[in-house]
This record gives sequence, structure tokens and C-alpha cells, in this order.
Amino acid sequence: MAQRAQPIIGTTGIAAGGFVVVAVLLSFLGIGLRAELGRGIEPAEWAAIRFTLQQAALSALISVACAIPLARALARRRFVGRGVLITLLGAPFILPVIVAVLGLLTVFGRTGWVNTAFEAIGLPTLSIYGLHGVVLAHVFFNLPLATRLLLQGWQSIPAERFRLAAQLNLPPRMVRRTLEVPLLVQVVPGAAALIFVICLTSFAVALTLGGGPRATTIELAIYQAFRFDFDLARAALLSFIQLFLAGSAALVALWVIPNIPLSAGLDRAVRRWDARGGLQSAIDACVIALGSAFLLLPLFAITLAGVQGLPQMPIGVWKTAGNSLGVAMLSIALLLAIALPMAGWISTRRAGGAEAIGLIGLSASPLMIGTGWFILINPIADPVPLALPVTALINALMALPFALRILVPPMRDVLTTYDRLSRSLGLNGWPAWRWLVLPRLRAQIGFTAGLTGALSVGDLGVIALFADPDRATLPLQMYRLMGAYRTEAAAGAALLLLAMALALFWVFDKAGRWHAEA
Amino acid sequence: MLRLEDVTISQGGFLLQADFEVQQGRKTAVIGPSGAGKSTLLAALGGFLPLGGGKLWWNDVDITDATPGKRPIAMLFQDNNLFPHLSIAKNIGLGIRPDLKLTPEDHLRVEQALKRVGLAGMADRKPGELSGGQQSRAALARVLVQDRPVVLLDEPFAALGPALRHEMLDLVHDLSEEANATLLMVTHDPQDVRRIADDVIFVEGGRAAAPQPAGALLENPPPALQAYLG
Amino acid sequence: MRRTLLATTLLLASQAGADTPVLTVYAGDYFTSEWGPGPMIEAGFEETCDCDLQFATGDLLPRLLLEGERTKADVVIGLTSDVTAKARATGLFAPHGQDNSALTLPIEWTDDTFLPFNYGHTAFIYNETTMDAPPASFDALLEMDDDVKLVIQDPRTSISGLALVLWVEAVYGEKSGEVWTKLAPKILTVTKDWSASYGMFTDGEVDMVLSYTTSPAYHMFAEEDFTKKAAIFPEGHYFMVETVGKIAQTQEPELADAFMAYVLSQDFQQMIPTANWSLPAALPEDQWPEGWAQLALPEKVLFYSEEEAESRKDQAIETWRNALSQ
Repeated sequence: MAQRAQPIIGTTGIAAGGFVVVAVLLSFLGIGLRAELGRGIEPAEWAAIRFTLQQAALSALISVACAIPLARALARRRFVGRGVLITLLGAPFILPVIVAVLGLLTVFGRTGWVNTAFEAIGLPTLSIYGLHGVVLAHVFFNLPLATRLLLQGWQSIPAERFRLAAQLNLPPRMVRRTLEVPLLVQVVPGAAALIFVICLTSFAVALTLGGGPRATTIELAIYQAFRFDFDLARAALLSFIQLFLAGSAALVALWVIPNIPLSAGLDRAVRRWDARGGLQSAIDACVIALGSAFLLLPLFAITLAGVQGLPQMPIGVWKTAGNSLGVAMLSIALLLAIALPMAGWISTRRAGGAEAIGLIGLSASPLMIGTGWFILINPIADPVPLALPVTALINALMALPFALRILVPPMRDVLTTYDRLSRSLGLNGWPAWRWLVLPRLRAQIGFTAGLTGALSVGDLGVIALFADPDRATLPLQMYRLMGAYRTEAAAGAALLLLAMALALFWVFDKAGRWHAEA
Repeated sequence: MLRLEDVTISQGGFLLQADFEVQQGRKTAVIGPSGAGKSTLLAALGGFLPLGGGKLWWNDVDITDATPGKRPIAMLFQDNNLFPHLSIAKNIGLGIRPDLKLTPEDHLRVEQALKRVGLAGMADRKPGELSGGQQSRAALARVLVQDRPVVLLDEPFAALGPALRHEMLDLVHDLSEEANATLLMVTHDPQDVRRIADDVIFVEGGRAAAPQPAGALLENPPPALQAYLG
Repeated sequence: MRRTLLATTLLLASQAGADTPVLTVYAGDYFTSEWGPGPMIEAGFEETCDCDLQFATGDLLPRLLLEGERTKADVVIGLTSDVTAKARATGLFAPHGQDNSALTLPIEWTDDTFLPFNYGHTAFIYNETTMDAPPASFDALLEMDDDVKLVIQDPRTSISGLALVLWVEAVYGEKSGEVWTKLAPKILTVTKDWSASYGMFTDGEVDMVLSYTTSPAYHMFAEEDFTKKAAIFPEGHYFMVETVGKIAQTQEPELADAFMAYVLSQDFQQMIPTANWSLPAALPEDQWPEGWAQLALPEKVLFYSEEEAESRKDQAIETWRNALSQ
């Protein structure tokens, strides 16, 4: 009796998955080495846990609720610049948090554009601060992701169905019931769950827009325990709670999370015969205009402030931009080294549970992973030269769940389609990667790399703990500028950061699709 | 000589038994009703299905548990015989070395194979740039460089029109003559059988019969085959 | 990235080759940026010693606590008074060996381990062109219209935020809870750190920001902007100081001592105001850089000793949290 066949791409993915688990667990072990037994969870921390869950749930629901009309309008309208708009609308997702908050304040702040306009026409002003501010910011970040997931869903409805609906002359209400509602039921829970997990670990956003100590998240409590009280046991305990909450939400989510589609293919509008009425057109136009304004105005604000600040930016900022670029490149390399084998492993398994490992890095507090590793490395070697590589690794771990979502489904396709041919040719191990998987997945790999680079370049990360003069990253330098009264120069640095994040994404995504074959 | 010794192949609830030999250099057609297990038989020979029992021999070597790439077998499937992202030359080169580290002599062999199947000058094209018939030729060129004593064809030409299919079968016929290869090919068409097969394996009712000379069998078919041929 | 690694390698190699002694100074993260005080201190000290001063930056206290005995620091500069208790408890520090009587602080300093090098006070900063009637006292601040918006820092994550709750505690004691209740509607938001708050102020998002009495100095001397003012309250302002300490197990005790002495030198003290936008700790007011005497500074200065601050901190933060969570 022959044994169960080995996957042609080998089993290094198990090692990669093991590496992720070990990297995170070891960091907790590091903390554990130094932690003394502490108190239990206090009322203030229970409040933080409640607030964290509440804002994450609201953010997820509202992001998805707003994404439904936007995705629907984008799916059924064709206009000049539609493709560019869809790409640009994705930008907030890869925007560094600190940069985004500046932009949001300029637009929605107390003296921001929206309130100035409201005042001019005699409307009451809005306050961005409080729970709704936190939620607004999270919707800003995650609406692009939700829209992309839903748009993909809409475009997966075969054109023939719409043809049939047109043939039967179904009214809009019936089109919704027969075609769109079943789709939403399929896609919405997963999209909401994914955004919920992302918002659970929110830190910087909640702080500035939260309005006060009511808006304390678990991540802030971890920071406080670590940075201010230096209570490692407490920090570790809170990290475990966060890991547990995010981890269990993630596990549930995994069964329902949809795949993250490439931007390619989304620029194709499905030919529709319904929704031709003037009212429907007008509503769609409104939704697209509002959605674009919401997502693009803060970007515009960042650009405006940044252009003024650029000339005042000290030269040292460029050097740190170089460091950040280095960290981003290393993150990309590490991510691909982990994600590709893992995706290979997961896609040859029938159950999807293994993908949960990918979510560990996102759910665990980066501050704790960094600190844990500092404690472990310190007795053996000087941790300072390792600060940038460790930052790159942590950034890679945080991008891992997205990478897996992007890579696993097409990987599964490739391995199913070409399994026999590869086996009959004896194509396995590295040659199978080299000649089959990598070229077939080039577009997805480019997309993943771009996403990772963009997320990594904007992340302040753990570098702030151990940064040497020579090892500052751009976000850190931006903070330093802000800390030295140089707000305008900091705005210039923010623009540079934004440009770098977008450029990294664009270059890799483009490279992945450049001369794309078959 | 390929020998199936008390072989049983089970897949789901389906069971197929076979116990016969195929002589070196014989061209054998595998025929039988849809769902009888023709493709299953070939998949098992190719190493894609584990045997439920019995042994598989190549001459005196037990290849029951050998992986597909390690068997003395080259195989073409119903579809996906070429990697669409690789050039024709690379697709063929994979038949020589799966890591594509080709020596100058290897390159020469690829070129000769291309020439032999009538694709000279097409080395750098991608499969998508070729017609269906040319794609089949490219796949055959790879079988040629693989240089294995046994070739299994699981209806790779099914999507081609009759004229093209006949052309391909003639090419297969000539190539296996030249290489003295043992050929097993699944087909539905008695005409195909007459065209190139020496022998016929009739698969039906959970059993793959031993090869019979094609001419005699088609002239004078047993009832089950008669029913199938109609 | 590769260039950084390369530079580090070269740096290490050159260190090994040369016999010049190296003094490793741990400093706050902002210190060594090209506009921070680090480069000037390095140049100034290296002129007086035959040595190489190297800064290592980062989050000072967490890093020291994590490294413990293995720390490579000879001297640590930039420890604020709120962390000196924990720093002292590590047992890593030696007496600073300098004469405290050289200090010109508005309070008496008796600590023989941590030596102040500059100071300031908490204060609310406003823009006089947009604020007609700035509060003349803390009481007046509390009575202001709720439309006047403030931004403060979180006492759980920021030194200045912690100083604020201690300030309120020092001025109002038992009544702190009521004070926070009155302030709460005026507080637009609470930020994690000082930078975010101050950025909101310069962007015009708020009317007043919790900062330092020395903040107007930056605008005056670096930007020639004289519109930013500190509101000075007769109730007093909370004292904030930055100190330098010597690591006991240093391999370079003489150099470390020389550095401690350098911190009190006129050279260092005259440079620190504009380098770090703070008041010099050991320089009579008549020797301050030009224009600095114009700064509005409080008559009365409030300060809790290390032990006292430690014992009041938790309660003060809890009072703050309760009042602002309503």
C-alpha cells in the first residue's frame, strides 16, 4: 500500500508555521523570565477590555454597512477614471496610522474643513472626539478593505444572472432579493469578522480621537503597564487577553473570511441591465461621491500640509527614510519566506485551521514581541544592531494573515491543476517552486509584497524602544520632529511617508503584473 | 515488459481488477464504456492512485510503490499537459531535467525533438500562442525527450477535430515505432484502434481484460464488446 | 539598511583599532537628532576630553531595566523626576559627585545620585491672537466657558500628563476630583504623548495645550513668533526636571566624572536652553542666553519629592480617570 503522496512543493510550510508560533511564544517566554507575579485584572482594565470589544464591533459593523452601497454603486456604474478611483480608494488601508490621524483631524477636527463648512451655512458642528471618533477613524482605515471584499463578491455574480433578471424584467427590489442578498449573506460576516480582529489591536487611533480615559484600549493598557509601570507580568497578562480575544475572533472569522482579491479584474464593471433609472443613477453617483470624499479628503489634507512642510524637513529625515525602506524590504523578504511555504502547506491541507497561525502575529502585541526578544537576545548579544531586523520581522508577522488570504486560494488552484503533470515529470521541491508556483502566483506575490512594504514602512514598531541614532526609521523621525516643536517639518515627513507607502505598494503590485503571463 | 500481478484498484466504491502483461514495444488501446475505469487504470499505472492490492512490475523491478516521476513511464493527460507560463522549450526541457539545469546537449535534444514534431522555430513561444494541434505536438515532443520505455495517453487529443486527431495518432505511431516504446492509450473510437493499435485491453464490469490482438478482436468481438461497439 | 550595517561594522572596527577611550551615554530618543542637544554636547565634551562620546538612544528606563547589570552605559542623561525612583531602585547608579550648591533651581535639590541639567514647569500655552482673555489663575481656568477647549496628555503614558495630575493634586489636594469634573467638558481630548497634543495646538484645533513654561521660547527664538504664551498662575506651577546619572560599574569612571562636571559647566549650561528648549539648571539668570529672561516664569514652584510623588501618583491618576470617565 503506497503512502499518502507528499505535496510536490514539499513540507517546509510546516517549519515556517512552526517558526511563527515559536517566534511569538518565545517572546512570551522572554517576558515570563523577567515577570514577577502581579495583581489580577482590575476594574479599569475590565473597562478597557469592554471598550476595546465595543469599538471593534461597531467599527466592523459600520465599515461593512458603508461598504455595501459603495461597492454596489462601483459594481454597477462605469465611468471614466473608475479604475484609478478604485485603486486610490484602497490607499487609507495602507496609510500609516499617525499620518492618517493628522489628515482626519484636518478634515473632521473641531476647526477642520467639515465643521468650517457647516458653520458657514449655519449647521451645528460635529465633534470627532469620543467613541464615534475612534469608530470614524477605523471606518476610514477599513472601509477600503470591506469595499474591496464586497466588490469582488458582486463581480463574482455571473453576468448571465443579470441577463436573466433583465429578461424577466425584475424590479430592483427583486434583483436585490434574488441576486444581491444571497451574496451579502455570504460575504458580509467574513468581512466584518476580519475588520473586527484588526480593530481589536488598535492603539494610536483610539488615543488621539478617543477623547479621554473612557477610550482606553487593551493595547494602551499594555503600553502603560510596560512603559510606565514596568510591570512585565501585567503587560504579559494583558497581552494574553488580547491574544485570546483576537485569536478566538480570528478562529471564528477564518471559517467565513472571504479571499482578498487582486486589484486586477476589479476594474471591470459587470454589464448590468437593471438600475438604469434616473433615481438609481443619482443615488449611486451620490454614494460614490460621498465615499470618495470621505476617503480621499484626508489624503488631500496630508498632501497639502506636507507640501508646505517639505522644505523645512532636515536632511536627516532622508536618511531615516532609507532605513525605513530597508526595513520594508527586509519585511517583504521575511514575509515571503514565511508566507509562501505556509500558504503552500495550508493549500495542500483540506481543513483551513492552520491559517489561524497566521493571525497570531496580528493578534499579539508587537510591543510585547519586541520586548520579549530584547530580553532573550540581551544575554547573548547586543540587541541594538538587531533592532531593525527584529522590527522587520514583527512587521512581517503582522502582514502574514493578509498574505495568506491572498496567496492560499490561487496556490490551491495551481496545485490542483498541475499536480499530475508535475508528478509525472518528477517536478518537486525547489524546482516546483521555481518553475511552477512562483511564476503562476507572480501577481499575487507582487500584491502581497506591496501590501507588506506599505504596512511596514508606516509602522512605528518596536524600534522606538531601542533605536540608536543611526537606526531611526521615518515614522520615528517624524515623531521626533513633532516632539521638538517642528510640526511643519513633521507634516513634510508625513507626506514622504505617505508617498513611500503608496510607491512601495504601486511598484511591487505593478512588478507582479508586469508582462504577466497566461 | 509491464506486468500487473493480481492488481486491484479501488477508488471510492469502485473496484477494478487486472492481471496481465504488456509486451515491450506493443501499442495497446484501452477501450470500454464510460465510467468502466479506463482512466483509473492508467492513473494507477502512472502512480497517481495507490494500488488496493497486487504488484506492478517493470521487467524484474517492482514499481508498485514508486513515485510517478521515478517510473519508466511518460504520460499525457486529457488537459493541462503544458505549463502555460513557460516557453515551449522550457516545457520540453522539464522532461529532461525537472530543475531545468540543461546542458548544451540537452538543449540540442530539445531542438531536435521540436523539429521531429514539426515545431522548429517555436521554441520561445508560450503554449497560449500555439494552436491546439501545435500544443499537442509540443506535449509529444516532451514525451520524446523523456525517453521512457512506456507511454500512457489518457485521451490527450480528445478536444481536437477528427483530421487533427488522426494526424497526432500517426505521429504517436511513428514516434513509438522509432523508440520501440510500449504504448497504452485510452480511446473511444474503433477507428483509432485500427489506425495504430496492435492490441486491445477491454475494460468492463470491474475488470481490465488481458491484451488481445486488435484485428481479431474487432473482427470477432465478444458480446460485451459487441454491445459497447454497437 | 545594508549601509547602516556597513557603517556599524566600520564603526566597530575603528573603535577596536583606536585607543581612544569611549564614553557611552544613554540618552532619550529625541536627544541625538540633528536638531537635538546631543551633537552639541558631543562636540563640546570631546573638546575637553581625549575621548569618544557615543550616544545610545531609546526608551531610557525600560531599556536600563531590561539590560540590568549588562548595560553598556557609563552615563545616563535625560531621566525625568518621575522615573528616578525606579532608576534608583535598580542599584545601577553611583553618587554623582558634584556639588549641588552650584545649582540655580527654584527649589532646593538634595539628591546626590541624579544631577539636574535643565528644568521647566508645567503650563497651559495659548495663542494670544486667538484667545482674548487667557485665565490669570488656575481658578480662572476652571471657571472658563466650556467652549474653550484644552488638550492634555494621558498621565498613564506621558510624563507631562503625570505632572499635570500632580500639579492639580499639589494645588487642590482633596478637591482634585471636583477640579477634574470642572475641567472635563473643556478637555477636547487626551493624547498619548506631548507631541500629538502640541501638534493639535499649533494646527489651531484647540485653544490651550498642556505643555511647559519654556514652550514659548521655541517660537520666540526659532520662529520669531511672539504670539504663543504660557498662562502663569499664582497658585504655582509644577516643577519638571531632567537629570543625569552615573552608572556605578562604569569602565570609565574618570571620564564619567568629567562628563558630570561638564554638565554643570558654563559651556554646557549656556548651550542647553536653545538646544533643548529648557531652562539651565546651574546658571544664574543674568547669564542666560539673550532674550530668555523675557520668558514669563512662575513665582511659585510646586514639587513633590520622589517618595511623595510615588505615594500620591496612583490615587491622583485614579481621581483623574474617574472624573474624566463620567
